[in-house]
Amino acid sequence: MSRSKIGLNFESSRKDFPILKRQVNGKPLIYLDSAASSQKPNQVLQAMDDFYTRSYANIHRGIHTLSAEATKAYEDTRDKVARFVNAPERESIVFTSGATEGVNLVASSFGDAFLNAGDEIVLTQMEHHSNLVPWIMLAKRKGLNLKYIPITRDWKIDLKDVESVITKKTRLLSITAMSNVLGTITPISQIVSLAHSFGAKVLVDGAQSVPHIPTDVVALGCDFLVFSGHKMLGPTGTGVLYARRELLEMMPPYKGGGEMISVVKFDDVTFNKVPYKFEAGTPNIAGVVGLGAAIDYLNRVGMENVRSFDEELTHYAISRLTDIKGLKIYGPLESQERGSVISFTIDDIHPHDIGTALDNLGIATRAGHHCAMPLMTLLDLTATVRVSFYIYNNHEEIDCLIKGIEEVRRFFLGSGN
Amino acid sequence: MALETKYEIKLNDLYREVILDHYRNPRFRKPIANPDVEEFGVNPLCGDEITIQLCFGSQCARNISNVAVTGRGCSICTASGSILAELINGKPIDSATRLISLLKDVMHGRAKAPLTDFGDLEALEGIKNFPIRIKCALLPWTTLEGALKQRERMTC
Repeated sequence: MSRSKIGLNFESSRKDFPILKRQVNGKPLIYLDSAASSQKPNQVLQAMDDFYTRSYANIHRGIHTLSAEATKAYEDTRDKVARFVNAPERESIVFTSGATEGVNLVASSFGDAFLNAGDEIVLTQMEHHSNLVPWIMLAKRKGLNLKYIPITRDWKIDLKDVESVITKKTRLLSITAMSNVLGTITPISQIVSLAHSFGAKVLVDGAQSVPHIPTDVVALGCDFLVFSGHKMLGPTGTGVLYARRELLEMMPPYKGGGEMISVVKFDDVTFNKVPYKFEAGTPNIAGVVGLGAAIDYLNRVGMENVRSFDEELTHYAISRLTDIKGLKIYGPLESQERGSVISFTIDDIHPHDIGTALDNLGIATRAGHHCAMPLMTLLDLTATVRVSFYIYNNHEEIDCLIKGIEEVRRFFLGSGN
Repeated sequence: MALETKYEIKLNDLYREVILDHYRNPRFRKPIANPDVEEFGVNPLCGDEITIQLCFGSQCARNISNVAVTGRGCSICTASGSILAELINGKPIDSATRLISLLKDVMHGRAKAPLTDFGDLEALEGIKNFPIRIKCALLPWTTLEGALKQRERMTC
C-alpha cells in the first residue's frame, strides 16, 4: 500500500501499468520521466487493440458498419476531451499529433492570417522549444517582435512583469501553464484577464498541466489551449488544440487534403466546417481511441485526486532532496505552487553522469536541457537532472531515488563527501 | 521483447578509474592566449560544450606544439578531452588524424583498441557498450577534426 495521505489506493493502479513489472539493469524499473512521456495502462492498450481487432476502418468516409463504428469511437473521444477541459462546444476541439502541432497550427493559421509586421508576441523565459521555435519562425517570416516575461528570483511569473511587457501592439501571449523544467504553475487566468484588456489573445501550453491538474478553459478564459495525449497516459501521436469557436471559424486551414473540404473543383475549394477543416487526411484514429480510454482512466481516478497525489509526492521528494549535500533545486519549493517535475544539479557532477548512474540502478530520469535552451542559458547551466512523477509512482520509489543519489555522489565525489 | 537490453551495465566498466582521474584532474585546461586555431564543439542533446585550441610552432610546422581543451561537459567528455590533449601534444598532425579515425572505429565497433600507442584512450573503449554516451566520448575528437580542418585551410 502506498503511504498516500489522501486515502486513495494508487498502489492498485500501479498494476494497470504492465511496463512497471520490468527490470532495468537487474533492478525493478523506477520510472521518473513522466514529464517527457507517461507510461500507458492496460485499459489504453486494450482499447486500441480492441479497436484494431474489431472495429477498425477509416472514419467519416464509408457507409459501412465498421466505418460508422470507427467514426463513433473517434467522435466520442472529441466529446470526452471537450468535457475533460470543460470546453462549451465540441467544435472547439481539434485533434492534432501533439502539443507541438497545436502551437504550429495556431502560429501558421492564426499568425499568418491575423498578425502583421510590428505586432508583438509575448512569451515567458521558461517556455519549451515547442512554444518558442514556431513563434521565432513566424516572427522572422512576418517581421513580428518577440518579448519575454522574465522569471522572478523565486522561479515564478509576476503579474507586474506581465503588465510591463504587454503593450497595445501585443496581439498574442503564448504561455506555459506549468514549466517542464522548473515545475512552476503560472497564473494563467490573471494573465488572460490582463491580456484581454489589451485586446491580445492567449495561447496556453498545457502539455505539462493538463495531465496533472484539473483544466477548465472557461475558468482560465484562454483563447487557445494545446496539449499532448502521450503525457496523460495516452498513445504517442495524439494531441488536442482547443480554440474558441469563433477563432477557429475565422482561421484559415493550415493543411489541405481529404476530410477538411466540403466541395472541391479543379480550381477551387470550399472548406469543411470546424473542427474538420483543421483535420486534413486520415487522422490517428486508433490513437484518438486510446486517448479516449486515457481520459476515462483519469476521470475514474479524478483529476483533483491526481493533483493532490502529485502535490503529496512532490512535497515528500523535495523535503528529501533538499537534505542532500550539494543538491540545488531549480524551481519553487512549495508543492502547492508547482507541478511534479523537479530539476536539480548536484555539486559539479554532470547531469548526464548522474542520469547514467541512476539508470544503472533502474531509475529512469531525464538529464539535459529539457528542450528549453534559452532558459538553461539564463540559469548559466548546460543541463540539469529532472525527475517527474505521475499516479503510478510512490514514496518507496522516491526513497530509492534518494538512496541512489547518495550512491552517485559517493561514486563521483569519493566516499569522504 | 526483442528491444529489451539484455546485458546489465556495470558502472565501473564505463567509469574506469583512469577516466575518473582525468575527469577530476583534466590536463591541458589552461586556455592559450593566442592559439593558431580554435574550434568550438557542442553536443546539443546533452549540452556538452568544448573548445580546443592548437598551436603549431611555426606556420608550416606539421607538429602540434601546444594544446588547450576547455569547456563544460560530463565526465566522459571531459576525460576524453583530457586524454586527447595528452596524446596529441607535441605530436605530428598526421598522427592526431589517425587517432581520430581509430577512436571512431573503436567506438562504432569497427576496430579494437590497439595495445600500444593508445595511451589512456584504451580506457574509453568500454564506452562503446553505452551507445548513448558514445557521442560524449567523441565530441572532443570531432572538435579536433574541425580544428585540424581549419589548419589545412591556413596557407603555409
